[in-house]
Amino acid sequence: MPKVTYVQPDGARETFDIATGKSLMLGAQSNSVAGILGECGGQAMCATCHVYVDTKDLDILPPVSDDEDAMLEDTASERKPTSRLSCQLDASDELDGIVVYLPEEQSL
Amino acid sequence: MKPRRVVVVGAGHGGFTVCATLRTLGWDGELTLVDSDHMLPYQRPPLSKKVLAGEHTLSDTHFRPRTFYDDHNIGLVLGHRVMAIDRPSRTVQLDGHPPLGYDHLVLATGARPRPLPIPGAGSASICHLHTADHGVDLCERITAGGRVVIIGGGFIGLEAASMAARAGKDVVVLEAGPRLMARAVSAPISRYFQDLHTGAGVDVRLSSTVSSLQQVADRVELRAGQSSLTADVVVVGIGVVPNDDLAARAGLATSDGVLVDAQLRTTDPHISAIGDCARFPNPEGEQSALRLESVQNASDHARHIAAFVACEQLSPYDVVPWFWTEQLGCKLQMAGLTTGYDRTEINETEPDKFSVYCYAGERLLGCESVNSPKDHLRARKQLAAARSASGQSPPPVTV
Repeated sequence: MPKVTYVQPDGARETFDIATGKSLMLGAQSNSVAGILGECGGQAMCATCHVYVDTKDLDILPPVSDDEDAMLEDTASERKPTSRLSCQLDASDELDGIVVYLPEEQSL
Repeated sequence: MKPRRVVVVGAGHGGFTVCATLRTLGWDGELTLVDSDHMLPYQRPPLSKKVLAGEHTLSDTHFRPRTFYDDHNIGLVLGHRVMAIDRPSRTVQLDGHPPLGYDHLVLATGARPRPLPIPGAGSASICHLHTADHGVDLCERITAGGRVVIIGGGFIGLEAASMAARAGKDVVVLEAGPRLMARAVSAPISRYFQDLHTGAGVDVRLSSTVSSLQQVADRVELRAGQSSLTADVVVVGIGVVPNDDLAARAGLATSDGVLVDAQLRTTDPHISAIGDCARFPNPEGEQSALRLESVQNASDHARHIAAFVACEQLSPYDVVPWFWTEQLGCKLQMAGLTTGYDRTEINETEPDKFSVYCYAGERLLGCESVNSPKDHLRARKQLAAARSASGQSPPPVTV
């Protein structure tokens, strides 16, 4: 299974096997990773599963859709070039080893 | 004095969020989350969407795994119903479980599906869509059945209709009112979604009230006006009734919901009510109190109460409500409350991307956006700015 590493704002790192096809948001929730709310259940409606993707992994990601792009404008923590909604990123062999950084805040 | 023991009744979005936020805020008192459902606390929105479509399993709907509750010292009492609140001794009585004492009690009891008020509504083939069990059951029935009749053209009914239509079923929607989702959206949005469903092969019948239902073998025969229909599965989605009876029995004020003040406290200051079951003062200062049924409302109420318990924050609740639904691949996001609008302005960027702005005179009441999340977010900010300009808005609670 693809491995995903979640890094807290304080630097604490946790790595989990996330089943292929499962979103990084659900993967975080099912492993109790702090700092991901995912309030809308993964429909790119609430912007509370915001993550910063490690720069080395940016190129392997699927492109940002218009919907995701709009929601990223409304994140509680600053949007950066590496910002993504983790509900829109599904674990896959291509993403194996990906590292995502959690923002300070998720809810406005 | 800060409460040291908090009991939360109801483990939906509101109840779960109270518990999770209290721990995030560093509150370390005794915390218990109670629900009559046996399942680990779960999210309801996916039930009528990804679970119904068979894309998500039930475990995907869990807010967190069981270890989360242990790690955060949140007592889970599942599968036990709260029977009574003994206010003088500040305890709740449960069915089959010892009583629980509290310093502060949060009622997040939600709502239940409104039963169809006609004979035959209890038949085996009649489904509601409210609990995880319902979601799984309905998914199986729709997969097995050929013809699905949906009673009620609101969000739940239309989300179920879009799943069934996409699964290739023969779908009929019977709506008693003159337009779809009339309670929540403006007329232009109703028309757009009616066309969308009709275009996907859904037989939408407005002003159509079901007068009788009869289970005949494994099918249901319905009468609506002059027409007769036969269905393999009937889904009833005609709104919900707030679960306020526990509060009423305890002598708290209720009126189609538990009545709370601007701090979301009931007539007993040691008891709060949040989410679908709570009727709270309209922050816009209008006469009628509000009871809203949404994830956003439940979660924001929950954060407000958590801040009250953990930080003694006493500001009034004042958040712009927003809602969403997704039907047939089309995303509808609503900001504000558009009931009572007297005119609309439509901003269309592309054929299937537009927003309806609803006004009362010059005042923007709300905005309904189809596949236009940027409009939605802009409107939410605009509505929030208008509120803070007209009065003192509390600082936001951050998590």
